[in-house]
Amino acid sequence: MKKLLIKGGTAVLPQGCAACDILVENGKIAQIGQGLSAAGAQVLDAAGLHVFPGLIDLHVHLREPGFEYKEDIASGSAAAVRGGFTQVCCMPNTSPVCDNAAIVSYIVQRGREVGLCKVRPVGAMTVGERGESLAEMGKMKDAGAVAFSDDGKPVSDSRILRLAMEYASGFGTLTLSHCEDKALADGGVVNEGYNSTLAGLKGIPRAAEEVDVARVILLAETLGLRAHICHVSTRGAVQLLREAKARGVRVTAETCPHYFTLTDDAIASFDANTKVNPPLREQADVEAVKAGLADGTLDCIVTDHAPHHADEKNVEYNLAAFGISGLETSFALSYTALVRGGVLRIEQLAEKMSAAPARILGLEGGVLEEGAAADLMLADLQEKFVIDPSEFVSKGKNTPFAGREVYGRVKYTIVDGAVKFSNKKQ
Amino acid sequence: MLGKDLLGLYDASAEDIAAILDTAVGMKKLLTQNLKKLPHLQGRTVTTLFYENSTRTRCSFELAAKYLGAGTVNVSASSSSVQKGETLIDTGRTLDAMKNDVIVIRHPMGGAPHLLARNVKASVINGGDGMNEHPTQALLDFYTMREKFGSFKGLKVAILGDILHSRVAKSNLFGLTKLGAEVTMFAPATMMPQGIERLGAKVARSREEAVAGAHVVMGLRIQLERMQGGLFPSLSEYNKYYGVGEGDLKGADKDCIVMHPGPVNRGVEFTSAVIDGETSRIEEQVLNGVAVRMALLFLLCKNRQGGERA
Repeated sequence: MKKLLIKGGTAVLPQGCAACDILVENGKIAQIGQGLSAAGAQVLDAAGLHVFPGLIDLHVHLREPGFEYKEDIASGSAAAVRGGFTQVCCMPNTSPVCDNAAIVSYIVQRGREVGLCKVRPVGAMTVGERGESLAEMGKMKDAGAVAFSDDGKPVSDSRILRLAMEYASGFGTLTLSHCEDKALADGGVVNEGYNSTLAGLKGIPRAAEEVDVARVILLAETLGLRAHICHVSTRGAVQLLREAKARGVRVTAETCPHYFTLTDDAIASFDANTKVNPPLREQADVEAVKAGLADGTLDCIVTDHAPHHADEKNVEYNLAAFGISGLETSFALSYTALVRGGVLRIEQLAEKMSAAPARILGLEGGVLEEGAAADLMLADLQEKFVIDPSEFVSKGKNTPFAGREVYGRVKYTIVDGAVKFSNKKQ
Repeated sequence: MLGKDLLGLYDASAEDIAAILDTAVGMKKLLTQNLKKLPHLQGRTVTTLFYENSTRTRCSFELAAKYLGAGTVNVSASSSSVQKGETLIDTGRTLDAMKNDVIVIRHPMGGAPHLLARNVKASVINGGDGMNEHPTQALLDFYTMREKFGSFKGLKVAILGDILHSRVAKSNLFGLTKLGAEVTMFAPATMMPQGIERLGAKVARSREEAVAGAHVVMGLRIQLERMQGGLFPSLSEYNKYYGVGEGDLKGADKDCIVMHPGPVNRGVEFTSAVIDGETSRIEEQVLNGVAVRMALLFLLCKNRQGGERA
């Protein structure tokens, strides 16, 4: 099989950045070192670029089957590789719900046929995401499911949640908890606070998230199980997690770029592209999320990529769908806010966007090391650009970041040694 | 300078508000002379697009437009048809294609008038949107206050009731603070929104504190479904601690007036003695509402040329 030599770049290794060449052979990283050469290898000039382990996203919505008008596995995979992602885990809130092995198999197969990034389905914890009875997690795992979640429809019955967490653990798999007390959220559409009062939009209190984060932490703690908290958005949730980790609870957590780059000041325009669940919070929450990323309370960054059709956003704020199309902006937003913003070093960003997600779910990749799958992302960290949703290859153009100036352009995405995306133009 | 639309008072200037109130003085004079066939808006069309039930606001706008000679059309849509049928933008474009000059929209969701205004050439007036704003109600309230007190400087306005869900309270707050008045609010703790003090209101701890020295005591309609939703236990308890009777007005300014956007629940927000008493301006508010809406329609249409915005 042909060889690929990535020459003259800066490798983002766990211990820091180093000028290294990377030789890829048979889809694996064969060698990392300086001044490498290989006869007959295709050479990729990486001068001026940073070579990251391929980004891994634990939380995306690819909408297939059932909502192909919003996104499908082909368009979602294209968006993933354009954003530097080599592996994405897609949530089960499809139609029908991904709560059985047949649908898991379908998604895995479609992902392979599309052949861009690695598509890893997350199965539903309960049948139909109804929170009533356990889904066939064992069969789904055998079909390729990498985790289980009722994302968007948190299991309100604590006994069922407990059973789902226990049962999943029996197969060595993890449950991913979207934490939201629906009764407290009570149909709200934005963060409850000054801006909800100003806009006259119904607020979702922070407690709606935090009460449920506490519940999942306590279940994990008392049962001695692992747990994973999705899209953390409040300072209180960060503090609950920090305290739990200090007590030794085996809990991991994710956040999304919009929770460390935007506040609910953005809702004043009634632009439904700012509508997301959990909602955009306030500056103190943004600071707490950054602090949580810096001190390790928050393990990883995900996109919660939630593509919607324009018609689902161009309506009254209350009627608009929740969610942000995030795969194609995540890296630049994160790099700009966190690395240029002085919160993380480059290798720590790689940890949050690749190594940690891989470790949490036991996925391949995540670190540049010899013998590993050659899942790589090359970015020009100096390149400045303006986010323009009309350039998105995702069907979902719904972003509150249109017009924002960011740094860090993804130039190449390589999966198993094959270049799946390249952006060579200036 | 009034723009194409009037969506709220948060973005209105004190000058805009004064211009509308000043124009309304002349309109009220005409009304009190029973002159109701005026030529100001001849050849103009005003459509009311109401997604919520309303008697007085819709009727007030319709009469205001008719008195000034405009043609009027009323479109009703139940809120369920919003979710099932034509989108708001498509409805707006349809009305636009028929050459409407002004669309008055009432909608149960905050921001709906803004969405409409961005998508139509017609001038849009917010006739009440969800928990956001109800600017023409506040303008008629200001007119009523100014008629009695002459000026807003140092005017103390107490607003009692369901502040959380009240677009009237918010539009009053936004406008009154710009005009130099002082606004104190009082509500059951479950009906007081977060951040209201940052928006300029004083929050009272008791009815007595709220009413003390007030020139204006404004009640807000309590919706029965709020009780069913568990925000307060009973109407009688509400009236006991948050309602206003004659005795509760003792601490107010000696010239105090009582106002209410209506419709009033007698014996809940106010006792009948207060509603029908000498200090009440509730009926006058209704008349002033027509005058203020005439003024607003006139000013917005003056900004337009040949059906398009000037």
